[in-house]
Amino acid sequence: MKQEVLISAKEVSVHYPISGGKLFGPKPVVRAVENVSLNIHKGSFFGLVGESGSGKTTLGRALLKAAPITSGIVNFNDGEVNYNLSNMDAKQLKDYRSRSQLIFQDPYAALSPRMTVRDIIAEPLEIMKITSSREETDTKVREIATKCRLNLEHLRRFPHAFSGGQRQRISIARALVSEPKFVVADESVAALDVSIQADVLNLLKEIQQEMGLTFLFISHDLSVVAHVCDHVAVMYFGRLVETAPTRELFSNPRHPYTKALLSAIPSLDPDAVNTAQKLEGEIPSASNPPPGCKFQTRCPNAIDVCRRDEPLLETVGEVSLEGEEHNVACHRWQELME
Amino acid sequence: MTRLLDVENLTLEFDTDEGRITAVDEVSFSLEAGEIMGLVGESGSGKSVTAKSLMKLNASNAVYAPESKITLHLADGPVDIMSLNTSKELQVVRGGAISMIFQEPMASFAPAITIGDQMVEQLLIHTSMSALKAREVSIEMLNRVGIADAATRFGQYAFELSGGMRQRAMIAMALSTSPKLLIADEPTTALDVTIQAQVIDLMKDLVKDFGMGIVFITHDLGVIAQTADTVAVMYLGRVIEKGPVRQVIGNPSHPYTRGLINALPRLDDLDTPLSPIPGDIPSPLERPNGCVFSTRCGDYMGPKCSANIPTFSHISPDHMVACHLHQQGL
Repeated sequence: MKQEVLISAKEVSVHYPISGGKLFGPKPVVRAVENVSLNIHKGSFFGLVGESGSGKTTLGRALLKAAPITSGIVNFNDGEVNYNLSNMDAKQLKDYRSRSQLIFQDPYAALSPRMTVRDIIAEPLEIMKITSSREETDTKVREIATKCRLNLEHLRRFPHAFSGGQRQRISIARALVSEPKFVVADESVAALDVSIQADVLNLLKEIQQEMGLTFLFISHDLSVVAHVCDHVAVMYFGRLVETAPTRELFSNPRHPYTKALLSAIPSLDPDAVNTAQKLEGEIPSASNPPPGCKFQTRCPNAIDVCRRDEPLLETVGEVSLEGEEHNVACHRWQELME
Repeated sequence: MTRLLDVENLTLEFDTDEGRITAVDEVSFSLEAGEIMGLVGESGSGKSVTAKSLMKLNASNAVYAPESKITLHLADGPVDIMSLNTSKELQVVRGGAISMIFQEPMASFAPAITIGDQMVEQLLIHTSMSALKAREVSIEMLNRVGIADAATRFGQYAFELSGGMRQRAMIAMALSTSPKLLIADEPTTALDVTIQAQVIDLMKDLVKDFGMGIVFITHDLGVIAQTADTVAVMYLGRVIEKGPVRQVIGNPSHPYTRGLINALPRLDDLDTPLSPIPGDIPSPLERPNGCVFSTRCGDYMGPKCSANIPTFSHISPDHMVACHLHQQGL
């Protein structure tokens, strides 16, 4: 059965103006996200990976209508409503805000120190006027707090009394209390210790299945993504370079960048011989992009065509019955398979 | 190999408004020249405080217990670091015999002074070089850590460098005084994986070339496996397991070390669900009696664990663990 698509992005670009340029000429821009197309299926745990500066956060925010979409179309269809994000009136936007939510990276910065945990979790309900009485709000807050394994006694306390893992659970409860359909988790476990990270990941996964949520999980940590996501997209310099179902991506990476990322993860085995090629250099400056493929400056396999033409996403193999496909943007992926 | 550093019974408390907090509790380890020792633990385990003690860099409310002893073995005799008090006395070790690399290189460079001036300044303080020579040495060092166009970078400010480059500049700065001991506090945590791999390779090369010892602090066991020779695992201020990295990671013997390893998401095994260590690290004000890990331990054995502090027992000649589980037979 073909899965339903919840979010579909077609050739989405996000450009930010920067200072400089000629007085009457076109304003220079930073192309934070360029020509990204992807489908996120309903109920999936979709991973978005890349290094800092690759545009993954900006893309996540564009899908939430929290970053300006310069061109392209983002469509949201949860069966009840169907929105084109670039063309919503105020009422639709307000409704979309309750259907989509964001969980932030730093649980220390994301919670107001002056509000009790109960007030923090209840705030979205009050602002969006989802509940009509205090009793109703309290019931909802207690329900979601239980789901997020928070001690109900703690609802009266202030955030400073909690550890990083507990705070992240409060952030999750706040994001989920309005019963959204689509949640963007932006590096939500990056600030946590490994033992707590595992706990929060298990919680996210559990809640996702229980509530039928669709997650966009943004992370720079491939091993975390491999464990929780069912589909992964790899970004580099504002472009998608490879997308595939998780197992397919990790067992058969096609893009040289994906291969390099995978080989850069330090293995727990001290004797593991790292045969893969290590990347030289760093991600190029966004205000001065290289011509052709954006990865050519660091790619060990770059040839002339890479320095001239920008590769487009091509499908590897066949599209499965469920509509799952493996796409890669590389001129040489077929040659490099051998 | 020659012994470089001996830390014996290091105990450190902080005087705070809420009472005395034990941050480091009877920590002992030693380091040879040319060796990389990993110091692993969660946030709040005391690993950074331990490392800062080596240069007495902790805040002024730190109280070192009298039996604490840190000895740095230099060519012209051992230095008893605990006996150094004034900043003048400490200059021998701070930035001289011991250098430190911090986690966030952006926060560690002065923003309004060029990278070059900062590098030259410390050379002028710690060596008898002329300013011209110091400039030469600094540029050479920047070159050595793989910064292209070092002479230009020398005149730039920290904000003009990318994250990976800043961390390299930080390493270059730390090494230009040719320290005997380098303390690296989470040097790769803020970096992307591909850059992290570059920095790890660089540090391993430098150890080979310069023969110094490194105390490498991190919470990432994968990084430790790839860089360190020996490792000490810390929890709530105590070392609970230590030994050669192969033995500790291959045969983790403390329930906490096992917990840390099982909580790591592994790429070679996607089917086993992640298993977190239950509970949170307790507040330092509520330090458990007995074994510090007893409140979260899956192998908790009752009063023995909650009343008595376990001593070290040997798994192998070099591999030691502080857990009552391993003391039954003895």
